[in-house]
Amino acid sequence: MSNHQHASLESEAGLGSYTAYTTGFILSLILTIGAYLAVTENLLSGNILVTAVIGLAILQLFVQMFFFLHLGRESKPRWNLVAFIFMVMVVFIVVIGSLWIMNNLDYHNHLTPSEQDSYMHTRNNEGF
Amino acid sequence: MLGRLGLDAFKHGFVVMGGVATMLAAILVVVGALFYFKRWKWLWNNWLTSLDPKKIGIMYILVATIMLLRGGADALMLRTQQAVSVGSNNGFLSADHFQQIFSAHGTLMIFFVAMGFIFGLLNLIVPLQIGSRDVAFPFLNSLSFWLYAAGVALVSLSLAVGEFSAAGWLAYPPLSGIAYSPGVGVDYWIWSLQIAGLGSLLSGVNFLVTIIKMRAPGMTLMKMPIFVWTALGSMVLVIFAFPILTATLTMLSLDRTLGMHFFTSDFGGNPMMYINLIWAWGHPEVYILILPAFGVFSEVVATFSRKRLFGYKSMVYAIAAITFLSFTVWLHHFFTMGAGADVNAFFGIMTAVIAVPTGVKVFNWLFTMYRGRIRITNSIRWFLGFVVTFTLGGVMGVLMSVPAIDFQAHNSLFLVAHFHTMIIGGVLFGYFAAFNYWFPKFAGFKLNERLGRYSFWCWLVGFLLAFTPLYILGIMGATRRLNHYDASLGWQWLFIVAAVGVVVIGLGVAFQLLQIGYSIFKRHENRVGSDPWDGRTLEWATPTPIPVYNFAIIPTVTERDAFWESKRSPVAPAKVRYEDIWMPKNSGAGIIIAGFAFVLGFAIIWHIWWLAVIGLIGAITTGIIRTNNEDSEYLIPAAEVERIETEARAKRELYA
Repeated sequence: MSNHQHASLESEAGLGSYTAYTTGFILSLILTIGAYLAVTENLLSGNILVTAVIGLAILQLFVQMFFFLHLGRESKPRWNLVAFIFMVMVVFIVVIGSLWIMNNLDYHNHLTPSEQDSYMHTRNNEGF
Repeated sequence: MLGRLGLDAFKHGFVVMGGVATMLAAILVVVGALFYFKRWKWLWNNWLTSLDPKKIGIMYILVATIMLLRGGADALMLRTQQAVSVGSNNGFLSADHFQQIFSAHGTLMIFFVAMGFIFGLLNLIVPLQIGSRDVAFPFLNSLSFWLYAAGVALVSLSLAVGEFSAAGWLAYPPLSGIAYSPGVGVDYWIWSLQIAGLGSLLSGVNFLVTIIKMRAPGMTLMKMPIFVWTALGSMVLVIFAFPILTATLTMLSLDRTLGMHFFTSDFGGNPMMYINLIWAWGHPEVYILILPAFGVFSEVVATFSRKRLFGYKSMVYAIAAITFLSFTVWLHHFFTMGAGADVNAFFGIMTAVIAVPTGVKVFNWLFTMYRGRIRITNSIRWFLGFVVTFTLGGVMGVLMSVPAIDFQAHNSLFLVAHFHTMIIGGVLFGYFAAFNYWFPKFAGFKLNERLGRYSFWCWLVGFLLAFTPLYILGIMGATRRLNHYDASLGWQWLFIVAAVGVVVIGLGVAFQLLQIGYSIFKRHENRVGSDPWDGRTLEWATPTPIPVYNFAIIPTVTERDAFWESKRSPVAPAKVRYEDIWMPKNSGAGIIIAGFAFVLGFAIIWHIWWLAVIGLIGAITTGIIRTNNEDSEYLIPAAEVERIETEARAKRELYA
């Protein structure tokens, strides 16, 4: 592949400017320190704290996607965006699906998780 | 110093010794021939270090064929054992050895045969069909192949040094955990798959980018040949499914090597999570295998019916639907694991739904043939055989998507018969059709039709003989992986029929090898030009033999079936002006990195930690050195291109 093609591939990917990288860096620092302080300084507690930290993490995700991975700033056709959406869907299906399946597996044996754990432990010691 | 590796690792029974001797003899013959004919340098320069996808594709197919022979030998041993091991007769295989053989058979056939054929085919066909000179990342392509080869080498080494996994082809814990499988077998399985799987993932990225970024001008997505569409779907699945496999195997190896508890049944681990995760990869995997075969049939049927493919758009939507839906059905592999009616019903329905786009495709192929001028060649024979077997197997699959029925069929030979129908009658027949179809493009001569016909009929009859009894046995209650059963069950005659079927399939394989050998022997009589089948897509527009750069002038595409259209409305050839072409230089870094990866895998399997460090550092260092190499391309001057093209044109007129 010639150098000319290399150059065009790079500009298509929409590499960000110096300011964009700096903005992204500062924003992700703020979000990280925010989450850290919320925990260490006891600014929030209980469920609110958990929700806040998860919220900050999701914001962090978008900051990184936008400023470092340049999502949403490519010209058409938006392959990176398509790939990203597909990824989110697959992760969603696999994670939610797994949770749903795994929490449903004791459906037929009516043991509490701790009972099941001790049952498995005994079985394991006796051999399958 | 040598970890777990001791002299015991080399002690085997007679059957394994026979296998080892055959393998060593084959290696000695090849090495001896290379010395005798002084071809080492030729081999290194023309093949091992080549970054040309056409050559990498041929190497993939060669390795996959060897693995097919070994996996086939495993199948023959399994069925022979089952045919004789009744009542007081215990057969010729010990229970442990039998388990190793069926684990090896499944592992080889899926990871090293089917995957090898796919990537071989993609390498050969995709760049040509999209009118490209190369893949997007030529070096990565070579690295992928060599990682696959390193996986093959590790799996083969397990025969001679140590043992192979006896825990089934997917190594379910807790059986595959360190408590119940303390030997090196499962580690061999893990690391050959990890290394080959890394190659598959890199290839997936490579071909996805190739298809998206390197199509000829004018070839919009909806003008791509269907084979490229199926390759795209398959590669998307590779990219999203293989990381799940890698993560799952990593956790299993952490359990085994570092004493962690992801999948143990104590200390909070859960073996059922492994089964859930491995199938979240495993189900997309079967579509990774079958989609390119669908693409092959789409090309074959259209070409040999001399018609446009019926329902191109519905075909594309069907591929897209299958790609997405294949991520939503994985629980049907473990309906019996204990989930309640809600979960089982959801996945059962999704499984039945995924049969719909597949059915759409079958009807599209049949409608393409309807009123077409069909030429019965071996490729179309494989297609016709496929329609029969695949529909049969597909109907059995939909049957088993009903959880209540699956509870009866689970882990029975009925299930074994079903997935062999899909993978032999679907995937393998597809690759045989492809082999007969595209062989003349790369070799310059056709394969012998008569021997091909014999091999087809042997395969089809042998296949039905080998697997129809398994459906019946499954209904009679025979479970899979039986190395012995009671005479009073009355199963033996069915197992004998199945074993005869495997022998007939073996005859089919022999005819195929004979077909290739005889065709090479008679090549001067069977020479053909660049377009022997009156093809429709761009690969037939290149001269044969295909120059290293594929296309001297990148074609401009205006229609689907671009080459067919250009033949129908020929434009008077203007005076063409050739340009300089840049192509990637050969590189030995791929084979070296894979060599270090092989050392790394071997060292971890045997707990030789200093060697593992050497392997890891070696692989990473070679990779860094390679990425810093700026001088990786060479120039083919315009005058040279013109010379090659003029010669090719003269040749084309000779065989026109």
